[in-house]
Amino acid sequence: MALSEKIKKTINGIRHQFPTEQALLIPLLHEIQNDHGWVSLDAMKEAGEFLNLPLSKVREVASFYTMFKLHPQGKVDVQICTNISCWLNGADKLVSCAEKRLGVHAGQTTKDSCFTLTQVECLASCGTAPAIMMNEDYYENVTEAQLVELINQAEKDVATNKTVGKSTRQDGVWP
Amino acid sequence: MMYNNEHFEPVITPNVQRPGCETLDFYITNENGYKGLEKALKMKPAEVIDEVKKSNLRGRGGAGFPTGMKWSFMPANPVDANGNLKPKYLVCNADEGEPGTFKDRLIFTKTPHRMIEGMIIAGHAIASNKGFIYVRGEWFKETRLMQKAIDDAYAKGFLGKNILGSGFDFDLVVYKGAGAYICGEETALLNSLEGKRGEPRLKPPFPAQVGAYGMPSCVNNVETFAAVPYILVKGWEKYAKMGTERSGGTRLIGVSGHVNRPAVYELPMNLSINDIIEIAGGVKGGKLKAVIPGGASAPMLRADECTVLTDYDSLAKAGTMAGSGGVIVLNDTVNIVEATYTLLKFYEHESCGQCSQCREGSHWLARMFKRILDGGGTQDDLDYIAKICGNMAGQTICAFADAVTGPALSSVRKFREEFEELIHKGGLLGMGRQESVSHKLVGAHV
Repeated sequence: MALSEKIKKTINGIRHQFPTEQALLIPLLHEIQNDHGWVSLDAMKEAGEFLNLPLSKVREVASFYTMFKLHPQGKVDVQICTNISCWLNGADKLVSCAEKRLGVHAGQTTKDSCFTLTQVECLASCGTAPAIMMNEDYYENVTEAQLVELINQAEKDVATNKTVGKSTRQDGVWP
Repeated sequence: MMYNNEHFEPVITPNVQRPGCETLDFYITNENGYKGLEKALKMKPAEVIDEVKKSNLRGRGGAGFPTGMKWSFMPANPVDANGNLKPKYLVCNADEGEPGTFKDRLIFTKTPHRMIEGMIIAGHAIASNKGFIYVRGEWFKETRLMQKAIDDAYAKGFLGKNILGSGFDFDLVVYKGAGAYICGEETALLNSLEGKRGEPRLKPPFPAQVGAYGMPSCVNNVETFAAVPYILVKGWEKYAKMGTERSGGTRLIGVSGHVNRPAVYELPMNLSINDIIEIAGGVKGGKLKAVIPGGASAPMLRADECTVLTDYDSLAKAGTMAGSGGVIVLNDTVNIVEATYTLLKFYEHESCGQCSQCREGSHWLARMFKRILDGGGTQDDLDYIAKICGNMAGQTICAFADAVTGPALSSVRKFREEFEELIHKGGLLGMGRQESVSHKLVGAHV
């Protein structure tokens, strides 16, 4: 079962706020992404059944938005902004540093499925560039040393089954 | 203050540096919080619209459309085919994603109640009982802060049924996008809000007729809503006086890139780009080379053009735009072709793919810039770039294609010598420079 009772409960809790069922699709995909780390075809099928939508509608939406990953990801998504303001302020160095530390290129996942390294576009944090995201959490004015430190800490946390980069999430509460 | 404007005072950010400024208590105690709403609820909707019209408030999301006029486009009593009254929706565009723009995030984290109050007032003005706040998906923390602010406002009776005993009901719902720049375009946003792909819609019908969930809707930017309480509390004259003849108030300007103090500054509009750079602590790491004055989509300005004033009309006259208030400063260590390629790579990734001109055009522009950087460019490429841009701008459903041509065309026109140098010397390597790591195509985007 890709769609847990917990997710169903969260989505049912906000159902009354929206005039259509389909409006719940993006919140639902967000919850699936959060739970599984990616959106599988099975999850899409179940999402469609849950919201009375054909699979094609679910799939076209899931494939449109970059935050829904259609392949398994590492437990921690290290997302480095490489758009203009961050690029002007040394995002390149962060990308090289992360590539070296993790031993993968941007867009790839480490062999132990711990980290995915992603280049992302503007995070609306240009005044505190360079900015990165670790899962849900922002880090701003990041230096190479801090990035390595963050990755080291995340690695430890993953090893001890701690949640990484979701410091403001409350389970079962939308948003 | 150094601003040469006697009427100026900060409208949105007077207290953003004080601790606790995001709380409802702070807003009520120190910032006339919800006083504007109190006043508005005693006025007729048409009077509120009139007040906002006279204040000359223009949309802060990029297009600069007069806000009062937009509100007045909302039909009074829309009915469906069976003669039943249709709901009207108010939508807040918080899909801030224009590279160089980061002002809305400041409002979300530091003064969310100002925006909420502005939305309730707008809801009253257009007689809508429901508002949606469409937030970009990456803002997990910010969305939760906004939800907290909304919950607090409900608890105090500023939202919900019979607000302040006026008989007016208003609900606010937060919605999250999922990482698509195009959803900042208002009709794409409406599609996304309906749980669909964020593809812009053909207009007409305009959102005021057929908007969110097929109902008449009004979409405004975060900063636009945040300016509304001030107009009600202090009066339209004071707000209008701060601005220029055709555009009232202040603007939030996010200065980023090569400046010493990058940040959001609330400024009057009679300042030049040079003034703004000075306020942000001056250029760092070299001399000024170029400025992108209104978010990535605005055509760039050369250093010698930076005497231009930053109001909507002056920038438009200078062939660029005020856009969303993101000023990106580039110093002379930057290669303009590389900088522009950074933007084109972004546009290539974010084109929704609906219109072929934009889908193919943004792709080809990015490829051509890359080829020039790699040393494979020819003199003809420069003419081709102009030709591709000509086939894109104004030819598509939304303004995205125009946005792509902004940086592409302006860089070729204003910094042609840099392109020619790359072409003649065999690219970056030929000039003794390294290729940018983030420009390599290994793995690239996912």
